[in-house]
Amino acid sequence: MQQHATKKLSRRDVLRGGGGLVAMTVMPAGLILGANNAWAATAKAVKPETFASMVQACRDIYPHDFLDDSFYAKVVEGFDSAAAGDADATAVLENGVAAMNKAAQSAHGADYMDLGWEDDRTSVLRAMQDDPFFQKMRGALVTGIYANPDVWPLFGYEGESASKGGYINRGFDDIDWLDQV
Amino acid sequence: MTAKFDLNDDTVVVVVGSGAGGGTLGAELAMKGVRTVILEAGGRHEIADFNNDEWGMFGQISWLDKRTTSGDWRVAKDFAGLPAWIVKAVGGSTVHWAGASLRIQEHEFKTKTNYGEVAGANLLDWPLDLAELEPWYDKAEDRMGVTRTNGIPGLPGNNNFKIMKAGADKLGYKECHTGRMAINSQPRDGRGSCQQIGFCFQGCKTGAKWSTLYVEIPKGEKTGNLEVRSGAQVLKVEHDANGKATGVMYVDQDGNTQVQKARVVCVAGNSIESPRLLLNSQSSMFPDGIANSSGMVGKNYMRHMTGSVYAIFDKPVHMYRGTTMAGIIQDEAVHDTSRGFVGGYEMETLSLGLPFMGAFLDPGGWGRSFSSAMEGYENMAGMWLVGEDMPQETNRISLHASEKDQHGLPVPNVHFDDHPNDIAMRNHAFQQGAAVYDAVGATRTFPTPPYPSTHNLGTNRMSDKAQDGVVNKWGQTHDVSNLFVSDGSVFTTGAAENPTLTIVALALRQADHIASELSKQNL
Repeated sequence: MQQHATKKLSRRDVLRGGGGLVAMTVMPAGLILGANNAWAATAKAVKPETFASMVQACRDIYPHDFLDDSFYAKVVEGFDSAAAGDADATAVLENGVAAMNKAAQSAHGADYMDLGWEDDRTSVLRAMQDDPFFQKMRGALVTGIYANPDVWPLFGYEGESASKGGYINRGFDDIDWLDQV
Repeated sequence: MTAKFDLNDDTVVVVVGSGAGGGTLGAELAMKGVRTVILEAGGRHEIADFNNDEWGMFGQISWLDKRTTSGDWRVAKDFAGLPAWIVKAVGGSTVHWAGASLRIQEHEFKTKTNYGEVAGANLLDWPLDLAELEPWYDKAEDRMGVTRTNGIPGLPGNNNFKIMKAGADKLGYKECHTGRMAINSQPRDGRGSCQQIGFCFQGCKTGAKWSTLYVEIPKGEKTGNLEVRSGAQVLKVEHDANGKATGVMYVDQDGNTQVQKARVVCVAGNSIESPRLLLNSQSSMFPDGIANSSGMVGKNYMRHMTGSVYAIFDKPVHMYRGTTMAGIIQDEAVHDTSRGFVGGYEMETLSLGLPFMGAFLDPGGWGRSFSSAMEGYENMAGMWLVGEDMPQETNRISLHASEKDQHGLPVPNVHFDDHPNDIAMRNHAFQQGAAVYDAVGATRTFPTPPYPSTHNLGTNRMSDKAQDGVVNKWGQTHDVSNLFVSDGSVFTTGAAENPTLTIVALALRQADHIASELSKQNL
């Protein structure tokens, strides 16, 4: 199904590259993140780098290379919006990312976002996969990614069919390669 | 026209629940001239309300009231608050069922006799056999329009079936076809034929699939002898000083507590709610709940040995197109202990849409192993494995010690531990399911753990002797002569087959018995 995917500039490369997070802590987020990552700069509750770290974690939980970061950012946006104006809810998100960074520093000597290999990042997540913060992200992603109609064509899923008359005349039995196996 | 009965009319039969058991029973009684009230906890959602939207329909029709879980079954870990995936709506789980309509086999009615002693299993022979039930199976199949019976052709095979069939042929399986399905393969009974929409679990948009919601209940209502009250949650079965049921207390759709008097009460709320209702019906005469002198109410909970195998191929399958479960391999549904377990299992085609696949392929799973499997969705085939699980007295529905529902009644806890026989059977089924797909070139196969239970059985088991179970062979409780149970909770043992056809056959037979007993003034 990859042929359906539109190859776009990978925003996470921009996010992750060149020690950007270090700079992010001392410079206005909008400047560092750049126009492609405006969604992180518009964070309502959490710090932009917290937002960006969560986007990376979400991608690492359900990594689909043909999905650009906006699909994951949409899920993080849900958390961020819900936490806006709520200090406790914001702290849950900030503390969650802080715990990720602490574990990443302890195991690999760098913050989560600065770990270049997915395996290093997922080993950090694996150790915290029973934590409520991780489960909150994973749970939201199950519907945030796979129940998002915008991703369905990329997975070869066609969604609703009743209004089109079902598949009785649209290929319910069109498999043509079985005689070759 | 729809009837309207008075709350104080103590001549009516009250049926609690409107699914395969209650909906069929209520309609059949009405057609026999028996004035009947069905009380259904859920709302009435007609075909026009159905959507091809997995989570949307899940939210609209599922039974989502609070329940708790315990035991070593994986469902308790993956779906702690959702032990069962059943429907709270008029039509009950016949709204979302897949349509597979199989008869229980002769040997499965007599497992204690045929399987012998199985350590830890509370096996018992049913107090009836296949010969006794056959005329009722005939009637149920005709009523439901089951394919491959009554001259009704099988459904055409979709892509998912074609993969299964090719694999079955390579493995030498002999019994593989598009199933015995209560889904019209041609127009019948005023309903059209299947349009291969998919989304059988979200409510059939054409009504080609049999459901009590739009097949049985309207026929019952048309007689003028049936009233269906939706949004009516029954709290308690009431009784008199002689220990006979007098009616039920319920909360109506406006939140008001009512009592409907009755001559006969039939409980058909599924294997979790039915025992819960009996257990909640405590009194000084029945301190452990009504009809529970055996202590068996809620015990021997069964949910079938289940699991799924999904497989990825290097070319497209589009398994979700067409009838969800019109495909079956029956060769393993035999009792052959050389496989290392008693009883057998069916292999049935199954597909989930992408939204549900994300939730159920490997609950809790994440990372590239999981996501790469999801990326194979377009090239994926799938089957469900469903087999006989062992009744165990410790597997049970009980009343929670502290958690209460919105009406102040204890919520049910569902405890289930897998029996070693269940585990051995599941492992065998996973292996054979994968072999079917490997035979036609699968590049990866996935053993998917059980979903929340759709086949809930056994918690008011049918028994010859009163001390062994809750109801007799008519579904009549051993303790209270005018109190019946009319759903899958009466199953003495679970058998390998999807239970709906048997529930319907038993309900038709029970309706005949009740009508006859009423006319003889025995009830």
